[in-house]
Amino acid sequence: MIDGNEAAASVAYRLSEVIAIYPITPSTPMAELSDEWSARGKPNLWGNLPEVVEMQSEGGAAGALHGALQGGALATTFTASQGLLLMIPNMYKIAGELTPFCMHVTARSLATHALSIFGDHSDVMACRQTGFALLASASVQEAQDLACIAHTATLESRVPFLHFFDGFRTSHEIAKVELLADEVLREMVDDSGVEAHRRRALSPDHPVIRGTAQNPDTYFQAREAVNGYYRDLPDRVQAVMDRFAGLTGRQYRLFEYHGPADAERVIVCMASAAETAVETSSWLNAQGEKTGVVKVHLYRPFSARHLLEALPDSVRAVAVLDRTKEPGSGGEPLYLDVVAALRESGVERFRAERLKMIGGRYGLGSKDFTPAMTKAVFDELKKDEPQNGFTVGITDDVTGTSLPFDRGFSVDRPEVRRAVFFGLGSDGTVGANKNSIKIIGEHTDNHAQAYFVYDSKKAGAITISHLRFGPEPIREPYQIDNAQFVACHQFDFLDKYDVLGYAATGATLLLNVPGDADRVWERLSPAIRGQIVEKGLKLYAIDAYRIAREQNMGARINTIMQVCFFALSDILPPDEAIARIKESIEKTYGRKGRAVVERNFAVVDAARAALHAVPVPDSPLGDEIERVAVPEEAPEFVKRLTSVLLAGKGDLLPVSAFPVDGTWPTGTAKWEKRNLAPAIPVWDADICIQCNKCVMVCPHAAIRAKFYEPALAENAPETFKATEFRSRDFPGMNYTLQVAPEDCTGCELCVHVCPAKDKAEPKHKAINMAPQAPLRDAERENYRFFLELPSPDRAALKQDVKHIQFLEPLFEYSGACAGCGETPYVKLLTQLFGDRLMIANATGCSSIYGGNLPTTPYTVNGNGRGPAWANSLFEDNAEFGLGLRLAVDKMADIAQRSLRALAPRLGDSLVEEILSAPQSDEALIAAQRKRVDALRQKLKTLPDGKEARTLAFLADYLVRKSVWSVGGDGWAYDIGYGGLDHVLASGRDLNILVLDTEVYSNTGGQCSKSTPLSASAKFSSKGKDLPKKDLGLIALTYGSVYVASVAMGAKDAQTTRAFLEAESFPGPSLILAYSHCIAHGITMHRGMDEQKLAVDSGSWKLYRFDPRRIAQDQLPLQLDSPAPRIPLSDYLTQQLRFRTLEQSDPERFRELRRKAGESVKAGRSLFETLAGFPFKSGNGNGGTEK
Amino acid sequence: MNLSTRYLGLELSHPFMPGASPLVDNLDEVKRLEDAGASAIVMHSLFEEQIEREAMFEERHMDVHEHSFAEATTYRPNPSDFVLEPDQYLEYLRRIKETVSIPVIGSLNGTHTGGWIRYADLIQQAGADALEINVYFLPAAAVEDANHDVESRTLDIVKAVRDEVSIPTAVKLSPFFSSLPRFARELDGLGIDGLVLFNRFYQPDIDIERLEIVPRLELSTSAELLLRIRWLAALYGQINASLAVTGGVHTREDAIKAIMAGAGAVQVVSALLRNGSGYLRMLIDGTREWLEENEYDSLQQMQGSMSLKNCPNPEAFERVNYLKTLQVWRA
Repeated sequence: MIDGNEAAASVAYRLSEVIAIYPITPSTPMAELSDEWSARGKPNLWGNLPEVVEMQSEGGAAGALHGALQGGALATTFTASQGLLLMIPNMYKIAGELTPFCMHVTARSLATHALSIFGDHSDVMACRQTGFALLASASVQEAQDLACIAHTATLESRVPFLHFFDGFRTSHEIAKVELLADEVLREMVDDSGVEAHRRRALSPDHPVIRGTAQNPDTYFQAREAVNGYYRDLPDRVQAVMDRFAGLTGRQYRLFEYHGPADAERVIVCMASAAETAVETSSWLNAQGEKTGVVKVHLYRPFSARHLLEALPDSVRAVAVLDRTKEPGSGGEPLYLDVVAALRESGVERFRAERLKMIGGRYGLGSKDFTPAMTKAVFDELKKDEPQNGFTVGITDDVTGTSLPFDRGFSVDRPEVRRAVFFGLGSDGTVGANKNSIKIIGEHTDNHAQAYFVYDSKKAGAITISHLRFGPEPIREPYQIDNAQFVACHQFDFLDKYDVLGYAATGATLLLNVPGDADRVWERLSPAIRGQIVEKGLKLYAIDAYRIAREQNMGARINTIMQVCFFALSDILPPDEAIARIKESIEKTYGRKGRAVVERNFAVVDAARAALHAVPVPDSPLGDEIERVAVPEEAPEFVKRLTSVLLAGKGDLLPVSAFPVDGTWPTGTAKWEKRNLAPAIPVWDADICIQCNKCVMVCPHAAIRAKFYEPALAENAPETFKATEFRSRDFPGMNYTLQVAPEDCTGCELCVHVCPAKDKAEPKHKAINMAPQAPLRDAERENYRFFLELPSPDRAALKQDVKHIQFLEPLFEYSGACAGCGETPYVKLLTQLFGDRLMIANATGCSSIYGGNLPTTPYTVNGNGRGPAWANSLFEDNAEFGLGLRLAVDKMADIAQRSLRALAPRLGDSLVEEILSAPQSDEALIAAQRKRVDALRQKLKTLPDGKEARTLAFLADYLVRKSVWSVGGDGWAYDIGYGGLDHVLASGRDLNILVLDTEVYSNTGGQCSKSTPLSASAKFSSKGKDLPKKDLGLIALTYGSVYVASVAMGAKDAQTTRAFLEAESFPGPSLILAYSHCIAHGITMHRGMDEQKLAVDSGSWKLYRFDPRRIAQDQLPLQLDSPAPRIPLSDYLTQQLRFRTLEQSDPERFRELRRKAGESVKAGRSLFETLAGFPFKSGNGNGGTEK
Repeated sequence: MNLSTRYLGLELSHPFMPGASPLVDNLDEVKRLEDAGASAIVMHSLFEEQIEREAMFEERHMDVHEHSFAEATTYRPNPSDFVLEPDQYLEYLRRIKETVSIPVIGSLNGTHTGGWIRYADLIQQAGADALEINVYFLPAAAVEDANHDVESRTLDIVKAVRDEVSIPTAVKLSPFFSSLPRFARELDGLGIDGLVLFNRFYQPDIDIERLEIVPRLELSTSAELLLRIRWLAALYGQINASLAVTGGVHTREDAIKAIMAGAGAVQVVSALLRNGSGYLRMLIDGTREWLEENEYDSLQQMQGSMSLKNCPNPEAFERVNYLKTLQVWRA
């Protein structure tokens, strides 16, 4: 039982010597597996250890591969989407030089109107002109087999191969496959091809020159010289496929026809959709229809001859399905290729009057492609004039492209068992299901398949597992919608999602019910009861949390629910199932020690006894009102569109519901009340010292402070708390600290950071966690009331931590992990500059929690102003930010020109004031806003004219905008470093915030150049043996860049000061912000303590370098952290990323720790020296205040 | 001068050895201790909590993030490389055994019977010549369950460990038992091979500004030796198990007193942390010189000479002397 990624990687690894990688979803696991195998010393087919090298980008990986291939090594890589695009220039080179090479691609959408991590063929189709052979796999089995065929064929043909399969659908599907033994690979791969490749390698022992520049007399003919290789390739590949069949019994063809010899209607498509099409076609044929499917394997070179041979003589209508979109073309690429092949063949039966041909799009961005959609296409082919350029799977009510389809249509085989599980990421449901499917696949004769659908939110993420098993191979690569077994591991999901919509009539429904499982019926909503009765579901319930609690397993109910699944599904005899579960517990947890194994054993035994069958009455009872997805006061857009997405019904929305250009309103996260926190902070006003530190560190803006006139609280809800505001500047005011009970994730960072303790009972603080459920209703009302209290005058607040935390956050309730270390910085950014803030956001965690639908956290203030946010790419974010800056400056420039031109009519003094006003702090900004308002009033009095209209339109640009490029260390240190460096050198007023987690967090913790010495991360599992790149040091050598290194948990005042200084500096600014992360292996509620330890141990320095100080004859570099005051090991031993090495290889750890210690000392001493250096000779930008 | 002694059934060339501590945390140091003449190596303790918590940490804090999000189903490198601290302990013990030729004594520290006890056997399998069980806990609640009082819990643990291993076993005790001699006899009855007196009590401190309890461990002083001498002297000759002293031996005179009171082994930690491993050699040589100067035949001759059983004025160990001492002090 393996997934598509492992299937392909297992072959690629064994047939390669150099593997250059870079993480990108959904291909990352192939790179991770290769790295893991290499780290463990697993040899390739020839007995040597593949060298796995992580590069700074896919562009870098492609360059390294090109070099490795020229050097005579066998090389491979794994990528997708934008990563594949970055490889294209080198792909031309590799192909142009006829280099044997095979890469594996999990086909994924490209970022256009939006980013999508999901599957389609847009990326692969962008490579069809590179000269690479394109080979498609449709299933996990094929991903393995065709990987072998591709590696073999490239060595024999010299044409490089891009082997691809559907991202997620195939790459992440777990299936039972027949594995390829080393012997088969050895039989397949001809060593003479390897030798020939080596002979062509660049070597001073037999030197040649490649990569020449050619003139008009040469280039064209030389380019045509490769033709023979491409002409011969299809036959060569077929020969390799035939040889493969001889060894394994699995016969592949370039174009595989599936169907009867007399089929009249044929679908041509490639990758996983072909499996669905074949299944559906067989079902239709069993009903008397005459249909067939051509599954395309070798798409480039496109062999018309082989396609013609594959099609039955009887064919009268062909539909070609493309999983990509090429706006403005005459058709999508596969369609055009098929049309050209058939029409140009000269064969009579393929002439236009004899053969109908249509093409259409399906499945973009992993939209499920189902039998119902396949049937719709076959049905369309029955028409006299079927629609060309159609879409299927959506409702296009704008341009009418879509084919209607019957959502209820199904070709489900009765012998296939289908099960769907709803769980939380954190409850272990997916892990348990992976385990169950392994048990079924490996210990029964059943074939099995598992596919998992994840959330786009990180905190409180929901997972949906789709499991199939049956006696024949499973060829249904689409999600289950009528399962015989449905389990809901989180009781409240029943009301949030259409869980029962997945259940077939008569299905078994298993519920995890907190509390009395016997009385579950009374607790179900009428709608749910109705569905249960109507569908005749058999209902079972268990209180899994109780059992987990009793065994001290927290919220990990995975094993308990797994036992229930086996008990109810009758796949294995109960005792055998239990034995298998225990066996796998031993295997999974044995490594973690006896205690964990025994606890899991105990829950297995407890689970069976606690499972109850719940009698279902004949008719549903009760009259409770159904809940709505969003509150009544939500904006129209949210009600019409967002609420449908939230209910999990987005697939039903038509094209007209969506913005045409990827532009969405901000401020939608507030309408999604997720109620994730089992416990929330409760304020004790008597103990509170009103420092507002809790407000500052809250990653989700779910605890807030306000001060206000006491009279305003007269009509406050009964439980609303307030106390006297301790402030000399604002006497007589009330102070309230309020939690957002339904938005809090329960991370406890606030409680940990709270410095105020009850003197008599110090464990009681000014905020303390308490169960959410009993508080929810009252606190919801309190929070609503709190939000309506006025926000303070921004200009009147001191710029210290306490007062800045009264500023309204314009980033709230994001989907970041509970306890996230990045979002407090982002929130601070919006508090300080939100109403004039523009953010260019690099792809990564911050773009996912910042911009992943259905709801997004950036929001607006009472004036409708707030951050404008956009994500361009991963690699170009500094440049993208600079572009925004240039545009904003240009707009301001135009406005200023108009202002000058109109000065005689507007009054010189106002104009002069506007043009010369400094805008370096809140008070000055507020004054300028007032002037601009006055200007608008005056403009209204002027006669209409071009200049006045221009100025009215652009007047807001006279208020300085704050432009920030925000992203992680993967962007700033690695893939985007070149651009970032250029922007730093540009002298332009762009601010760069690096949320430094010291790994690629979003893709799962891969090593970046920011990863510190001795830390283990993916791609450096043995501990990084080189120091972290000192990006701050590099930047400050310019002498003209504001540079700060901050860690909120260590010194929040320094963080705040750095943000303010960076923003006010009239040139480029760089802030490096230490961000704790789940990938560090820490207890997340201790995140801020980790930051403090990092600083106290000297591992992370705090400093600010301000070029303005040079002009003022001051030293520009200020070291804000003292010399290390605790041993480095006190910091390192707190985090699993460091401990891993200590425990796996203590000697190496000691050596690396010693080096790390030296590196910390050397860095400290260098910075101390620099702190005494005047930087006069540097390119000191003695910039004045803005 | 013959300094040889018998401790835990092991024939040792002399009684001096490093006590359970971070002293033996790296192999170079272990080698230095052997070079300085250590007669045995006592490993630092493997704690019950370590065994349990280490395993649960991953389960609680790492696993909950996994399989939640499409772009990353895991966040750490494959854990097969991750060796839990207990297993690392065993591996380290194996390596110490390979490095030195003197006996190596493993050490386990726990407060309950349970799964962790199987580590006793694993320590034995890893090559330990003997095992020290450190049963140290703090009955903080005012009322302990009568059936699970401190003594019976300790006995349960010791019995469980004894059942698990065949190598000699020592029990390291705290001084806080209501009747140490009776309890020592009960332990003796379980067939233990030695008693180590005493555990130095871990006494956390209070940070009065931050209102937090902070961990703190001070090095011992010679003053702490007196408590140990009293009980060594009381137990010597009363039980079959051999006796070791730990806590407060800083000079050769300290060591000689402990041996005279009955110690067959002298464990040193603070003095070595303060003065370096080479100090062990000075203690050994110093003791030898003293014995020679004072014309002893062997160290054996001195062992237990000043125990309650053998000393000329046993009443000095008793209440009368307490009274006298107080009076002298008052005067």
